[in-house]
Amino acid sequence: MDFGFILSQSLTQAIGVTAIIYCIAAIGLNIQFGYGGLLNFGQVAFVAVGAYAVGVTVVEVGSSLWLGVAFAVIIAIGLALLLGIPTLRLRADYLAIVTIAASEILRFLAKSADFLGGSQGVTGSIGTEFYDLNPLPEWDRFELGPLSFSRVDMWLVMTGWTFIAIMTLLTWLLMRSPWGRMVKGIREDEDAVRSLGKNTYLRKLQVLMLGGVFAAFAGVFSAVSKGSVQPDGFVPDFTFFLYVMLILGGTARVAGPLLGAAIFWFLLVFVEQVLKEGVANDVITFISVTQIGPIRFILVGIGLMLLMIFRPQGILGDRKELMLDAR
Amino acid sequence: MPAEAPLANAAVAALAELTPEPGVAKPDPILRVDSVVRQFGGLRAVDVSHLEVQRGAITALIGPNGAGKSTFFNVISGFDTSDDGSWTYNDEAITNRAPNKLARQGLVRTFQLTKSLSRLSVLDNMLLGAGGQTGESIFPSIFKFTWAKQESQNTKRAMELLGRFNLAQKSADFAGSLSGGQRKLLEMARALMLNPQLVMLDEPMAGVNPALKQSLLDHIRDIREEGTTVMFVEHDMDMVRDVSDWVVVMAQGAIISEGTPGSVMQDQRVIDAYLGAHHDSALTESGQGLTTEEDPA
Repeated sequence: MDFGFILSQSLTQAIGVTAIIYCIAAIGLNIQFGYGGLLNFGQVAFVAVGAYAVGVTVVEVGSSLWLGVAFAVIIAIGLALLLGIPTLRLRADYLAIVTIAASEILRFLAKSADFLGGSQGVTGSIGTEFYDLNPLPEWDRFELGPLSFSRVDMWLVMTGWTFIAIMTLLTWLLMRSPWGRMVKGIREDEDAVRSLGKNTYLRKLQVLMLGGVFAAFAGVFSAVSKGSVQPDGFVPDFTFFLYVMLILGGTARVAGPLLGAAIFWFLLVFVEQVLKEGVANDVITFISVTQIGPIRFILVGIGLMLLMIFRPQGILGDRKELMLDAR
Repeated sequence: MPAEAPLANAAVAALAELTPEPGVAKPDPILRVDSVVRQFGGLRAVDVSHLEVQRGAITALIGPNGAGKSTFFNVISGFDTSDDGSWTYNDEAITNRAPNKLARQGLVRTFQLTKSLSRLSVLDNMLLGAGGQTGESIFPSIFKFTWAKQESQNTKRAMELLGRFNLAQKSADFAGSLSGGQRKLLEMARALMLNPQLVMLDEPMAGVNPALKQSLLDHIRDIREEGTTVMFVEHDMDMVRDVSDWVVVMAQGAIISEGTPGSVMQDQRVIDAYLGAHHDSALTESGQGLTTEEDPA
């Protein structure tokens, strides 16, 4: 078995385009759930909104990608207001129900609306304007130690991680401020914060909007990198993968989503490659190649369960903090 | 503060002149409540026809369990909505106003079950109480120079208050690691960060050990000496007798008696409904049980 190859494949995925998409959306969810305590089970809806905004603007309307990005932000804010205004005055669980329902409604709407491409989605050169900005030399491959990227992927990875760095910095700046203190206070006990003269409703709306806009950027990145927007890419599983990454990395930790997304994709690809190599070399004989897909999820799932048992606070979390009575 | 002490004393002295009867008018009321009703289904949990709270005095609200004291607090402080009635604060109508607005106007409350923010430090709990913070708006919050100075002033004030409440050495700890009594102290200190005019304390002594009780009592008196009006719900009759200038008794949602501590303790209605005939010998909350014994006689 070629472990060098397996490792380089896994590492490539850990910092690759897919991990970046999930990471950006997870940073948004960390602000909402980790810091603000908002149970958003429909984060994928904001990702879909971002992806469709650029997809439709560029392919169907034939307009600029940057105009599409502006629409992505505006529509994400609109969606946050639409979901937040009626539910954020109520108990936390109402938001959870409404968001998961909204994400499915949007997906089915996209599947049946012709101008959104129906179940085929939107396909076309969505990211041309972005790829034209690529300053890298016209090499075939870019080798970074064990990693290897094509010119386009290299450009995507560079911009993606720069963007993640900026958003992480923004999260850190916000959370060390009195605004962040109030948001964390709302997570602990909203009534206490209200009794201290704070408008918690407004902050919860801001948190939902901010996290939603981040997720819309993830959608933009997804549409640009894939050159297409597929409605069935926005299933509820997407949101729950985000939760897994967040908990894996450590909720309410600035770097939690980064670490979580990278490790999650590393593990998923690593297990898959090990199984593939094992089956191909007759080391593993009791499963067939077609069974590898589901089995890797089973194994990663068991791994996550062990993590929850032995390190429930995630990799970066503080166990003492978790064990405080969370009333 | 000696300059303000006579003011508080004058407000207290004025109370002694009043007729001890439900709904009696006070010379200088900070809070005036009219025919407030709160119903849960068929149960009239609160049905207060008239109540005035004297500015600068300590008013105790007592009554048997289920009398509607906490509901009354919730309604007045905006955490519950009334079905009927109106109330004013500083002569301004504040009926069903949101709690955050009331807090900014100086009407601050604490809760029966303490609401300390567990996974925030004790100091952060305090700082959350400070009003008018620039850094609490989302855009200025990104730029530390816009709020750094305000933050250091607030921190100084918070540390002073924590010092007064013997919590200064705990300032960096998570509030969730404090004991129940310390949380009561923290909640009271946090309320003072807002510079309140009227503090409503819901059972400040519940679950607090005797030594700490004594210091809590001193804190409540200090708050009054600084010119703040205090209203509190309490079952501990020793405390009520010790610290309050005026006592209001509720039973079944209505106010059945009002007066100075001495006069209220003598009131037959209060003895029947709450204290029990043997309240001088055994101070318990089971006064109702004792009165039912007398009923057949």
